[in-house]
Amino acid sequence: MIDGFIALYIFMLAAFTGYEIIGRVPVILHTPLMSGSNFVHGIVMVGAMIVLAHADTTLEKAIGFIGVLLGAGNAAGGYVVTERMLEMFKSSKKGG
Amino acid sequence: MTLLTVVQAAYFVAAVMFILGLKRMSSPVTARQGIVQAGIGMVIATIATFYFYFFDASGNYVLHVDNLVLCIAAIGIGTSVAWISGKKVAMTDMPQMVALYNGMGGGSAAAIGAVELFKAAALAGAAVTAMDMQAAQEQFGFTKSLLAVVGALIGAVSFSGSLIAFAKLQGWMDKRYTFPGQQAFNLLLFVAAIVLGGMLMFQLDERIIIAFFIVCLVLGVSMTLPIGGADMPVVISLYNAFTGLAVAFEGYVMQNPALIIAGMVVGAAGTLLTQLMAKAMNRPITNVLFSNFGGGGAAAQEISGSQKPVEASDAAVMMAYAERVVIVPGYGMAVAQAQHKIWELTQQLMKRGVKVKFAIHPVAGRMPGHMNVLLAEAGVPYDLIADMDDINPEFPNTDVAIVIGANDVVNPVAKTDPSSPIYGMPILDVSLAKNVIIIKRGKGTGFAGIENALFYQDNARMLFMDGQAAGAALIAAMKELDGGGH
Repeated sequence: MIDGFIALYIFMLAAFTGYEIIGRVPVILHTPLMSGSNFVHGIVMVGAMIVLAHADTTLEKAIGFIGVLLGAGNAAGGYVVTERMLEMFKSSKKGG
Repeated sequence: MTLLTVVQAAYFVAAVMFILGLKRMSSPVTARQGIVQAGIGMVIATIATFYFYFFDASGNYVLHVDNLVLCIAAIGIGTSVAWISGKKVAMTDMPQMVALYNGMGGGSAAAIGAVELFKAAALAGAAVTAMDMQAAQEQFGFTKSLLAVVGALIGAVSFSGSLIAFAKLQGWMDKRYTFPGQQAFNLLLFVAAIVLGGMLMFQLDERIIIAFFIVCLVLGVSMTLPIGGADMPVVISLYNAFTGLAVAFEGYVMQNPALIIAGMVVGAAGTLLTQLMAKAMNRPITNVLFSNFGGGGAAAQEISGSQKPVEASDAAVMMAYAERVVIVPGYGMAVAQAQHKIWELTQQLMKRGVKVKFAIHPVAGRMPGHMNVLLAEAGVPYDLIADMDDINPEFPNTDVAIVIGANDVVNPVAKTDPSSPIYGMPILDVSLAKNVIIIKRGKGTGFAGIENALFYQDNARMLFMDGQAAGAALIAAMKELDGGGH
């Protein structure tokens, strides 16, 4: 199980990874990257799916359903808008 | 090797693909592959998760049919609605869509927290003997309940706050809503959320859970209401970081490493991005959240001189015979939908051998880098676009600087007038160019409501036209220089 200090290590290393990835990004990619990271936390849908799988009462099922619905919206929407933005970046050197 | 190991491996692969994908997104050349890679990671993780609908915690085959149907329906509806809306939205409206999708993620994290808390409450409620009670508490544990509560708080605030940000950017709520004692009210809400959350650590009662979520949602709304449109980029970025953290915390509660890693990476990246943006506006993040911009304050210094208008034909001549031209676009250009005309004008100039560059201020637009996206949409290659730090030393050698739809980010009082509210904000040094042409509809001020000293300088000329009309007029005048223009 992920517990105690192991959890703390995971949190810390992941935080440094995020910090390092963004630290060297040119300003022109800030919007796509924000949108891209917005997509990545769409992984929350997976968590909501597990919650819904184990839901017993009607209340739990209703909240779980909303959670999956919102999470799926986050993931799908985040992906589409990011891809649309990145599609447009072209260099003049390639004659594109 | 059990099937559960395969599921765990799938989460591991997904986490790696997210990190590699984000890494690739940090260069324009590989960015497109990056998002596709992250997308594949998401699909793998999603498919693996269906395992939990067929097997229980000890790995025995138990099919939860109705939950499975609900899950597929939720994914189907959520995905298709978001997919279609994301495909249709115009590039200028991208920031509010990002806010909306981000809010959904926050809401999802809050929903996870809610179910976990309700489950724990049911378990504690069913406990008859003291031994049962202890077993229930051990199952959930202090760290888990703490992170479930904190994640739910952050997620719920991000959810309702992002929805307000969406409504504001969409133009549904145009003004700032303020009332006396608002900050005290927000503080009170925050304290109430903490107290209720703290109570949940020791007493898992359903009524407290409900009260806790209501307070959190109201807090998100009331925190975002007084924030003005100019500060929205920072707010969206902040809520993006919030959602990431909420996902990471709920990931711990669920003991799911994919959620922890992805959420934490986004949380840290988003925090850094928020800081970068706040710095670019020279305003600490607390200032954005807790104070109103341009609300009175010290009287700024008087600006002497007058604004000197110019005709489009004269402006065209100045540009056509210049050696170096720098175009400074602001959000006003996007509102006027003038980016295509400006790119056409740029192509005309480049055909004549003029060196043209675009200068972008870090907070131009409604999100950091939003202006780059809008220019890219019009077809401007990214290597013509320069960041503030790269372009500022070039302004003294620039023959003509064209400012279109930008105001505060080129205002020299940010450097010269300590009494100005924008004093200290990094600006584009347009005032140092040999000639400046400002395309503007009227004499109004920018977001900050401050007079722009640049407009009164001797080297500045005002072209009082709508952005799109000005672009068209300049193109026409330029063609006429070539003799007839056919």
